[in-house]
Amino acid sequence: MSTESLLEIRDLSVTLPTDSSALRAVRGVSLDLRRGETLGIVGESGSGKSMTALALMNLLPPAARRQAAAIRFGDDDLAAMGEKDLAGRVRGRRIGMIFQEPMTSLNPVYTIGRQLIETMTIHGGTSVAAARRRAIELLEKVGLPDPASRLKQYPHEMSGGQRQRVMIAMALMNEPELLIADEPTTALDVTIQAQILHLLSELQRELGMAMILITHDLGVVSRAADRIAVMYAGDIVETGTTEAVLSAPRHPYTQGLLECVPGYREASARRLGSIPGIVPSMTGEIRGCAFAARCPRAVPRCHQEDPPRRPVAAGQSDGAARSFVCHDPEETRGRGFAGGDTATGPAIRRGGDSVLRVDDASCTFSVRRGLFGKRKPLRALDRVSLDIRKGEVLALVGESGCGKTTLTRTIMGLQTPDAGTVTLAGRPLGEQPARQRARLIQPIFQDPYSSLNPRQTIGDLIRRPLVINRLGDAREQRARVHRMMDYVGLPSRVFNSFPDQLSGGQRQRAAIARALILDPEIVICDEPTSALDVSVQAQILNLLLDLRDELDLTYLFVTHDLSVVRHLADRVAVMYLGEIVECGPGEQVLNRPKHPYTRALLDSALSIEPSLGVPAPDLAGDFPNPMNRPSGCPFHPRCPLADQRCRQRVPATETLDGTLVKCWKADTPPPSGPLDVRPDHNNKEDAAP
Amino acid sequence: MLNYVMRRALLALLVALTVSFGTFALFYFATDPAQTIAGEDAPQEMVEAIRVQYGFDRPITVQYLDWLGGVLQGDFGQSYFWKQPVVELIREHAKVTLLLAFSALAVTILIALPLGISAALRPNSWVDRFALSTAVSAQAIPNFWLGLMLIILFAVTFPIFPVSGDSSWRHYVLPALVLGASSVPAVMRLTRTGLLDVMGSDYIRTARAKGFTGYRLIVRQALRNALLPIVSVLAVQLGNKLGGSIVTESVFSMNGLGRLAVESIFNSDIPTVQSLILLFVLTFVLLTLAADLINAWLDPRIRMG
Repeated sequence: MSTESLLEIRDLSVTLPTDSSALRAVRGVSLDLRRGETLGIVGESGSGKSMTALALMNLLPPAARRQAAAIRFGDDDLAAMGEKDLAGRVRGRRIGMIFQEPMTSLNPVYTIGRQLIETMTIHGGTSVAAARRRAIELLEKVGLPDPASRLKQYPHEMSGGQRQRVMIAMALMNEPELLIADEPTTALDVTIQAQILHLLSELQRELGMAMILITHDLGVVSRAADRIAVMYAGDIVETGTTEAVLSAPRHPYTQGLLECVPGYREASARRLGSIPGIVPSMTGEIRGCAFAARCPRAVPRCHQEDPPRRPVAAGQSDGAARSFVCHDPEETRGRGFAGGDTATGPAIRRGGDSVLRVDDASCTFSVRRGLFGKRKPLRALDRVSLDIRKGEVLALVGESGCGKTTLTRTIMGLQTPDAGTVTLAGRPLGEQPARQRARLIQPIFQDPYSSLNPRQTIGDLIRRPLVINRLGDAREQRARVHRMMDYVGLPSRVFNSFPDQLSGGQRQRAAIARALILDPEIVICDEPTSALDVSVQAQILNLLLDLRDELDLTYLFVTHDLSVVRHLADRVAVMYLGEIVECGPGEQVLNRPKHPYTRALLDSALSIEPSLGVPAPDLAGDFPNPMNRPSGCPFHPRCPLADQRCRQRVPATETLDGTLVKCWKADTPPPSGPLDVRPDHNNKEDAAP
Repeated sequence: MLNYVMRRALLALLVALTVSFGTFALFYFATDPAQTIAGEDAPQEMVEAIRVQYGFDRPITVQYLDWLGGVLQGDFGQSYFWKQPVVELIREHAKVTLLLAFSALAVTILIALPLGISAALRPNSWVDRFALSTAVSAQAIPNFWLGLMLIILFAVTFPIFPVSGDSSWRHYVLPALVLGASSVPAVMRLTRTGLLDVMGSDYIRTARAKGFTGYRLIVRQALRNALLPIVSVLAVQLGNKLGGSIVTESVFSMNGLGRLAVESIFNSDIPTVQSLILLFVLTFVLLTLAADLINAWLDPRIRMG
């Protein structure tokens, strides 16, 4: 890493006009970046991190206003540059950018080739043929096989991971000095996330680029960034080397964020820390520290005076400035966010009788392509057996497309399996009337923004199941709703509010209340926290565990986040292409995985470990298209251990140390060190349908 | 692409057949053609004689297939009222309607697209407000009133254009303006919202981050996406103009298909009415097919899906 400065931002502000007053999305941010360095900007949604990045190249929404004392980039001042110069000389040429949504960030009506080539030709000086050669070279580099024929493909012919690789290639076409990656892996599965991050860090080293990595994921930033800037309410509240900030955070907000991450503190039995309240809206005059209202260390001074920026003695040879913005009051030192020690979680072992059994359930959809095309079977579930025991948290893990959703739909009785049975409370699910079923099993969905009817008040929403099941008169029902709202921590004043007047966390609380009002046996939590910020996620996870103890609930917890699984699961089931490939007690599966796929998932999960870096992916390629199931063991094309037998014969399920595992190689000890990186065998058929 | 074209064409053919049978059956059940030809007060024997002579006593399927066979060979039957082949009638009137419809479409495109595009590029500016108020007023003004006003202004007070008729290109200017204006609100609004959507999309942000700006951003990145909904709505509007310009043709006394339809209805000229309905419906089927194919050509997701 050179010490030459590449980017100096001084006093950058972005304001967005709203109906009443201006929203100050970015408030006086100053940043420095050296050549070849990676700066991670972390913060929750609304902290202004994306706005800061967009403001650099003035890509803000038209209504936004940008102000800056200086944005020095090399020898230029981007703050003083006009649109024409920025577009012609900087954007895409000296600064490349990757966005969060690979599914929508490529133009759907043009080929990949055209979109790559024009990135070079629009800046002039390059022939189409030369740009084409460069495009092929880069596609090869980002790990897409057969790049020349890729150029003729359209974005919709590719999966999310493949599109994100194209985005990366596109950003690198002109060998930019700076790459801005805005949540580049958030929309992707963990295994793909690890591949993409690894690829980015390798390319960066190779090309000597500086990088700004924007993310809400502290695990990602801990592995990939040299330095970190923590943003809160439009300002950088703490900055320093990744190692220093994460191992000894000084700002209460940074401390709080870390406490919220499941698995950051050793003891998984403890409740997660949580930051009370929500990010304030930065409108009008702001006095004092923006974090004061949520800060456990706040003293009156914090609410009145702007906090000073305090340098921390660096001591490092690279001279990276370490500072934080806080009054750091003496009198409240030592107070934190620790969530208390109401010991819950996997420390108490549960698991009594089975309340729900799935026996050999299979589900096949038939999909027809084209007018004269044959109908092809899509096996969403393949002889899945599972039981859920009273009082436990069973985590269901797997990449998107693996059949998690079909399985939960089958369990809720929304999908009838072609073969096999689901038994609920001793009776086959199919024989039970829908209302009875609904009283025993209730779902909580991923997105509290779309799973609540926007035209019903919160009170009505929660009460609805009681009305449908004709339980009690209106007065009793209302009383029950209020009691339930109290349980889930919703203030009673929101009874008459509509969902869009609530924050994301409050909406998810309402969804939980609605699920619990019928007093169900089993609650199916389908990624209940993945749409939420980490501080809110911690609150919701704590709440779910508390409710389990108080109301004696059983959870089927569907998630892709292994740190969450580790935090709360009693048992874990891992799904791959419609099959459960491993299922057993949490500590067994997570600490001594038997199936190579489970191992790969665990390796891909990025916990907060600044010293580790991004691991080389040991899982090649994308999740296969379920329409083209591989023969034999469905995992063999991506498996580092696969041999002839795996390619030909489907493995049987066997029991090893109390864990059910479906693999020919389950008793083979895992190879030490990183596994070979296998070439990506994807072809067109593997792309997203 | 070929697969897609064949699928759409097959579907269009099925729709056309269903519709042709529908129109045929409608008249078969709703009217007694023998009675109509013979006249209200004709004696029963004469009606029966006509029934046998014209073949109205045969089963409906036979009559339908007979009629369909004729239609396929360009024989739409004989007009009861004008006493000449319906094909000739249609041919005479179609020229006027075609000319009027396409010039009206040109008017629509020339007004609606530039207005919609400039409104979308500067939302909430004065251009935007002007475009929206134009759309609202154009929606509110009835066709016949606008026609009369234009006649008073540009044909009577300032006699630049003729008052009525269809014998020269000058006769078409005012009716094309009237008919074209009626489609402006729908097309303008759709252009505006469509382009706004596209300009706010993630891939336009990507294009801007690559260095696209101004004219090149719109023409080389946004336009093709924004055109998709516009093509569909233009097809429908053109269909309306080809089939339904009855008011405009009447106001300007133009001898087009709309007038022909009105007159044949008044005169219970069943073969003509039947043929016109079939023609209008087929026009719509064809235009929708054309719009689908154009969109498939513009958008790979459609043609490969």
